[in-house]
Amino acid sequence: MAQELIKGNEAVVKAAIMAGCRSFYGYPITPASEIAEAAARYFHESGGTFLQAESEVGAINMVYGAASCGERTMTASSGPGISLMQEGISYLAGSELPCVIVDIMRGGPGLGNIAPEQADYHQVVKGGGHGSYHTIVLAPNSAQEMCDLTFLAFELADRVRNPAIVLADGFIGQMMEPVEFPDRMVEPDDKPWAVHGDAETRKNLITSIYLSPEDLERHVRHLETKYALETDGIAMCEKYHTGDAEFLVIGYGIVSRVLKTAVDHAREMGIKVGLLRPITLWPFPTVQIAYEANYVKSMLVVELSTGQLVDDVRLAVNGEIPVRFYSRVGGVVPTTDELLTQIIKASEADHVRKVVPAAEESLWGV
Amino acid sequence: MYAKSFQRPKSLFGEFSRKSGDHLTTHYCPGCGHGNLHKYIAEAIDELGMQDRTVLVNPVGCSVFAYYYFDVGNIQVPHGRAPAAATAVKRALPDSLVISYQGDGDLAAIGGNEILHCANRGENITVFFVNNAIYGMTGGQMAPTTLLGQRTSTSPTGRQILEEGFPMHVSELLASLEGPSYIERVGLFDNKSRMRARKAVKKGLQNQIEGRGFSLIEVLSPCPTGWGLTPTDACNWVKENLLPVFPLGVIKDVTADRENWNRRRLEVTPERVAEVLGITHATAEKRTATWTDSNVATCYRDPRIKLAGFGGQGVLFLGKLLAEVGMREGFNVSWLPSYGPEMRGGTANCAVNISTLPVGSPLISDPSVLIATNRPSLDKFAPEVVSGGVILYDSSLIDTAPTRDDVEVLAVPATAIADSIGSPKVANIVMLGAYIGLTNVLPKERVVAVIESMTKKKALVELNIKAIDAGIEHASKAHVAEDSWAV
Repeated sequence: MAQELIKGNEAVVKAAIMAGCRSFYGYPITPASEIAEAAARYFHESGGTFLQAESEVGAINMVYGAASCGERTMTASSGPGISLMQEGISYLAGSELPCVIVDIMRGGPGLGNIAPEQADYHQVVKGGGHGSYHTIVLAPNSAQEMCDLTFLAFELADRVRNPAIVLADGFIGQMMEPVEFPDRMVEPDDKPWAVHGDAETRKNLITSIYLSPEDLERHVRHLETKYALETDGIAMCEKYHTGDAEFLVIGYGIVSRVLKTAVDHAREMGIKVGLLRPITLWPFPTVQIAYEANYVKSMLVVELSTGQLVDDVRLAVNGEIPVRFYSRVGGVVPTTDELLTQIIKASEADHVRKVVPAAEESLWGV
Repeated sequence: MYAKSFQRPKSLFGEFSRKSGDHLTTHYCPGCGHGNLHKYIAEAIDELGMQDRTVLVNPVGCSVFAYYYFDVGNIQVPHGRAPAAATAVKRALPDSLVISYQGDGDLAAIGGNEILHCANRGENITVFFVNNAIYGMTGGQMAPTTLLGQRTSTSPTGRQILEEGFPMHVSELLASLEGPSYIERVGLFDNKSRMRARKAVKKGLQNQIEGRGFSLIEVLSPCPTGWGLTPTDACNWVKENLLPVFPLGVIKDVTADRENWNRRRLEVTPERVAEVLGITHATAEKRTATWTDSNVATCYRDPRIKLAGFGGQGVLFLGKLLAEVGMREGFNVSWLPSYGPEMRGGTANCAVNISTLPVGSPLISDPSVLIATNRPSLDKFAPEVVSGGVILYDSSLIDTAPTRDDVEVLAVPATAIADSIGSPKVANIVMLGAYIGLTNVLPKERVVAVIESMTKKKALVELNIKAIDAGIEHASKAHVAEDSWAV
């Protein structure tokens, strides 16, 4: 298989078409615009539809329409646009429609800036729209994973009949790396529940309205059960040098790349540190993190937001060990040396912890 | 004839089993216009033989439950977004009959943008716009079409120009766009107006089947409950109050001139897709580069390269070229740009890793190589270069050499050299030549092969080869000179 040097943002589009996606509805926004641009180049020519919508609101509702017809469909945006799409995402989940949404995160809140941040974690992983629903969230950290996880997102979206979101930051979208694309096109399974404009599907109805409280409760419970059954066992993470680690760092996306190099440097200095990188953010690799908590003294979460991923890590660890936190925001990405310093500091703090556990408790609030 | 007009259209259910409670009556109030309009639409669908192929996009409003009644494919969508959803439905199913059924709050207020752009694209769909000058579903609040002075629960003293503005003439507004093919306003207040409405409904649907583009039928519809009137009085109220503001008639009709407005996709074949995406499945032998037995000095191996200059000098392209060549040589590579507005006219920089090991951080804060093509870039990044690293700079454009003595510095008059061989545009390629001439990290043959694969213009390839050669030559001369000093 030939390798292609390609931007993560463009790899997403090629992977989507190979995954059988037939339509792309989007609206330009930095740093996600290359996705719409690549979609404009490739979708029409390969037998699909690309349409630049009037807004992100329009785009997500076009996705809703296309998904209702049973075709694989997608959109892409960045934080401000994802905020506008939240209404549609809630409807998609409520109507049990599969689709793929790519979020190339930028700095916020408000207009913020176009540099990489990870502060969409809450709005994407925790819902963001109204109602009790989840979205499947995959977090690539390379151009290859922008391809692979987009592919997987379509599979999972169809399996769960729910939106799946590929959550990446500006750097992962803009970076070029060698990518090997899948060697054959997927022909998605037929969706008998969809509206195809024919006699067989004439009785089908796509809706999220359940007027009576009892009916809606039944529907929400159905969604809850579906999430539990269909997403069981799909939580994924990458572990790096965790086998003998006494101390663990956790991060996703671009941060995990910097952490990996920092871990290498720390290992050279004799610090027994490992890296755990969540690949699925929902479902979250809770079990894997809880397991590691049995073997390490503490964890350090690094993210480009003021404490969103760390919430889920702390829930997983459930107070068993200290979970420390380090962040940069506004588009500042920490350097390898900066994270190495944090690793050294945190590993020394562990030494302190053995001596004065009481002080540790007040220090870290565990 | 009499018997026929009372027959239930096939496209409406006989019993409304999707509705809770009584399955024989609708949820609409007595005297409401929706019932008539539903019937006309269903009759037209039947007459056109399109029941199986119809997809009804249900709005939010009183007609949110249109799917209780229409025995066709049904999709219920968020408030105001029906034209967006219908657009994608029609693109996915070009042979279907797509209907967007919307009220005045849904279409004219919250969905103003969606309908405007759908109409402007001339989507080959049919929109039914029910105008009753009020929000019926939520209990009679003001709509964009509410009349001046009309009292509603959110305009309790009557609509005022200076507070809420004028009633919105949506059909006239949309008719001012080039996109729509057919826009007509009809009423449902007496037999004559209903007959006209029935005809317009059918024409709107017929247009779509014939691929004539976007049709919208605005229907002035009585809302006795919302207006606090009896059904008969409500019909009179339409005639007396709505008609003077919203006159009936064809507002735009260019259907005769419109054909082939139905968008069809090209046929998908794996071969076409592979060709369009440029995905080759040739199982080319995958190379894995190593430094073993290499003539590359240890200090030059696994370079972390920062390239920086003005936007337009081609530093981003140069970085991509290095990464591409590195990849084809079998190295692990990454290319990371500075991106956004600063690229446009300002300074541009990128980071390239070329490594025998998997690339960890693609960010480079401690480059081992700096290629700088303007002064601000050299000033900014020279201090970051690791001790023992390399700095190459375009000495035609930068008159001050870096002051560091712990790094190797190569001044390359790249712009002057590029000028002398034919074009200042290849100054970046001269820099590349100088870099590989100095370090041997990548072979010239591979660089040439990559450039050849990127352009078919022979003259351009030759110019680039000249630039590479000139860069290599400059580097070797400079090295010789340095060595001779050492002697």
